[in-house]
Amino acid sequence: MIRFEPRSNPGPFLIYGVPVLAATIAILLAAIPLALAGAPIFKAYGLMITGAFGSVFSVSEMLTRATPLILTGLAAAIAFRAKLWNIGAEGQLYMGAMAAVAIGSGVVDGPSWVMIPLIILAGMAAGALMLIGPTLLKTRLGVDEVVTTLLLNFIVLLFVQMMLEGALKDPMSMGWPQSEPIIDSAIFPPLLERMRVHIGLIIALGCAVALAVLVKRTVWGFEIRAVGENAPAARFSGISVTKTMVLVAALSGGLAGLAGVSEVAGTRGYLATDLSPGYGYAGIVVAMLARLSPVGVIASALFVASVFVGADSMSRAIGVSSYLADLIVAMALLCVLIGGFLTRFKVHFDRKSTAG
Amino acid sequence: MSSAAHISPETSHDLLLSLAGVTKRFGALVANDAIDLTVHKGEIVALLGENGAGKTTLMNILFGHYVADEGTVTVARRDGGLEQLEPGAPQAALDAGIGMVHQHFTLAENLTGLDNIVLGTEPIFRLRRDRTKARAKLNELMAGSGLNVDLDQPVHKLTVGEKQRVEILKALYRDARLLVLDEPTAVLTPQEADSLFAILRKLAATGLAVIIIAHKLAEVLAVSHRIAVLRGGAKVGEMKTTDADHNSIAEMMVGREVPVSRRTAREPGKPVITLNDVTIDRGDSRRSLHGVSITAREGEILGIAGVSGNGQAALAQLIAGLDKPDSGSVEIFGDKIEKFDAHTFAQNGIARIPEDRHHDGMVGSMTVAENIAIEDVRSPEYQKFGFLDFDAIRKRAEHAITDYDVRCPGPDAPARLLSGGNIQKLILARVLEKSPRLILANQPSRGLDVGAQSEVHRRLLEARQGGSAVILISEDLDELLTISDQIAVIHVGHITPAMPTDAIDRSELGLMMAGQKAAPHAPHATKTTNPGETA
Repeated sequence: MIRFEPRSNPGPFLIYGVPVLAATIAILLAAIPLALAGAPIFKAYGLMITGAFGSVFSVSEMLTRATPLILTGLAAAIAFRAKLWNIGAEGQLYMGAMAAVAIGSGVVDGPSWVMIPLIILAGMAAGALMLIGPTLLKTRLGVDEVVTTLLLNFIVLLFVQMMLEGALKDPMSMGWPQSEPIIDSAIFPPLLERMRVHIGLIIALGCAVALAVLVKRTVWGFEIRAVGENAPAARFSGISVTKTMVLVAALSGGLAGLAGVSEVAGTRGYLATDLSPGYGYAGIVVAMLARLSPVGVIASALFVASVFVGADSMSRAIGVSSYLADLIVAMALLCVLIGGFLTRFKVHFDRKSTAG
Repeated sequence: MSSAAHISPETSHDLLLSLAGVTKRFGALVANDAIDLTVHKGEIVALLGENGAGKTTLMNILFGHYVADEGTVTVARRDGGLEQLEPGAPQAALDAGIGMVHQHFTLAENLTGLDNIVLGTEPIFRLRRDRTKARAKLNELMAGSGLNVDLDQPVHKLTVGEKQRVEILKALYRDARLLVLDEPTAVLTPQEADSLFAILRKLAATGLAVIIIAHKLAEVLAVSHRIAVLRGGAKVGEMKTTDADHNSIAEMMVGREVPVSRRTAREPGKPVITLNDVTIDRGDSRRSLHGVSITAREGEILGIAGVSGNGQAALAQLIAGLDKPDSGSVEIFGDKIEKFDAHTFAQNGIARIPEDRHHDGMVGSMTVAENIAIEDVRSPEYQKFGFLDFDAIRKRAEHAITDYDVRCPGPDAPARLLSGGNIQKLILARVLEKSPRLILANQPSRGLDVGAQSEVHRRLLEARQGGSAVILISEDLDELLTISDQIAVIHVGHITPAMPTDAIDRSELGLMMAGQKAAPHAPHATKTTNPGETA
């Protein structure tokens, strides 16, 4: 018989080691679908590693992919900390991207040090507003934010499509539904010559550190933790739950919006409906892998990005479906959830026996 | 399969349960230390002990939730022979006829009493529900014991006392021969408790064995046949109830002399808070007040007596700053309050002790220090430019831990590790340290053991002596009569005028709580009615 007893105090190995172990197990488990697909397993692993880390180019690609994942991961982490279940990072990302394009494609012009902060602010504000609405509906009327934020993703994507066929459409695009390009002074400069990795990465890392400081060391962070862990007690002690939730919504939506800005201004240069291959949803996985720790989000975003980039390149080389990457990421999430459970509970396997 | 250890039936023909040398360790902590306990048929045994004495662990071992490190649990089979209970197997305990009524009921609120009772005893796949047999058996049980409940009402419509009866019926329906009740009176009015005891005595007379886990001495003395006292995981005493006396048991439980709280005479000062004709209508008598006018003065404890769910919650919410009146006004030191807001109230000298200390009183995953500072993190003492001053927060916690004797691993330990009594000390430390002008104490000693209770009373009396006004909302009449200067009774949202405690008769108070008697103008009007009949 199996019994579970709660642990009173998990040690550092359990807290930091378990996610790493879970990620490793997930990668090892990928051998099963690889074998089923008839691929040479060791070669496939080798190709995955070189695909993600084999050259400056591949590392740059991996970091480029990690940039929006860090931001959407942070968006999910801070929201989930306050038990605000924001499933709408994808929509907030597109709204942020659209705001950046609306302002950054020639309506205003200026030097880079004006234009880049300007489109960042615009994108963050747009993303924040997208989440503040559902949050007020939740705190005032008790409307479930999982439903509203999830459904808003589809509304936003259709709205973006409409705008790309209309007001934002690039007349020079030969009929493709895409926006006018971001002007040069608003483009995020690359970090390395002829590579795609751009200053969005530095901004994302800065956000992670800032968020960690905010959560751990500030009054706001204190209130966010209190509301997230026990809202009635926070309310009783005089903390305004609504204000705190709106603050969290602004941070979370803003970070997701920033991911959109970073993608249009750093990677793509214009807005199209295939801007994000689901970064908003992947951010949830990233945050869960990181156990909602802002600094942990950096590590888990790098992991997820290297799996995606590595598996992509491997699948091209040996002709296996690149969906394998999604499979590994999904398995890592499951392993972390199981690991999280084992961190909180001690498992006993009892032989049926007499007491002695 | 478990091994059967037979003991000759001659020596133990009445024995139902025997725990021998039960020891359970959690790491370095010895939760149960070689405990022996026997229960016979038809016997009511009270298991007394403070929080953390090991009562719950022992019962968890009995029910197979935990496996004892040492020792055995032996139960009489239905044919009389004794058999060792398989450790770590809840099903074996159920099969052996051990039934448990938890302090926090385990009922599905949206189902009827009958549904709840038969739940889990019926096959899952069935074409047709036939409950005539179940109903007949239950009717018989109810008639025999006095456990009368309307079984066709959804459970959420039942009173707390009725829910408890459903729980007991549930255990009896499954042919329990030993009933374990965990703190059964914690949620009951005095009258409800009396009627529960009458039922238990009736059941015991039919051969049911009962274990009551408790820490209220008076009740234990009233109902049990035998008392076993646990302290620090070990059994420190066992006696027949007829041989027991109140003080010696209290000392046995706590391990030292328990100071008795007494009010000393003190002239009340100026009014601190005045409610003028306050009405809060929330459509539900639990959460409404109707035309309430009360005044609490400096250096005075105003007790609010009442059966749970008569508007105490609304009164507490109002004074805590979490709700505002629909009509009427609230004055604090003569100033009419316009802004009802918990933060403002807490910062203006109102100490608030919540009714549910786990739910509203603390954030379990945050540290002891953070929980002590939680009301004040925005004040300049604990933050600069929005950044927390952890040194100041920790320093305050260290003071509080020493001054209020909060037993915890340290200021940085998560608050969820604390026991109920220590959580209450933490809350007292949080709110009393700031020399409040008004203290709202909502059920401040509910669920606490004798030692922690007397500590709460001492602190409240100390604050009263220092000039604070105290509003004490309580369902515990002994508490109210011991420390209040005046008592008002709340019933379906109405509050009677306050009466001086010395002029109050206990049974009259019971009648007023049941709404059967208005506040007396001459306090000695009638004293002949028996409060037991009003339950």
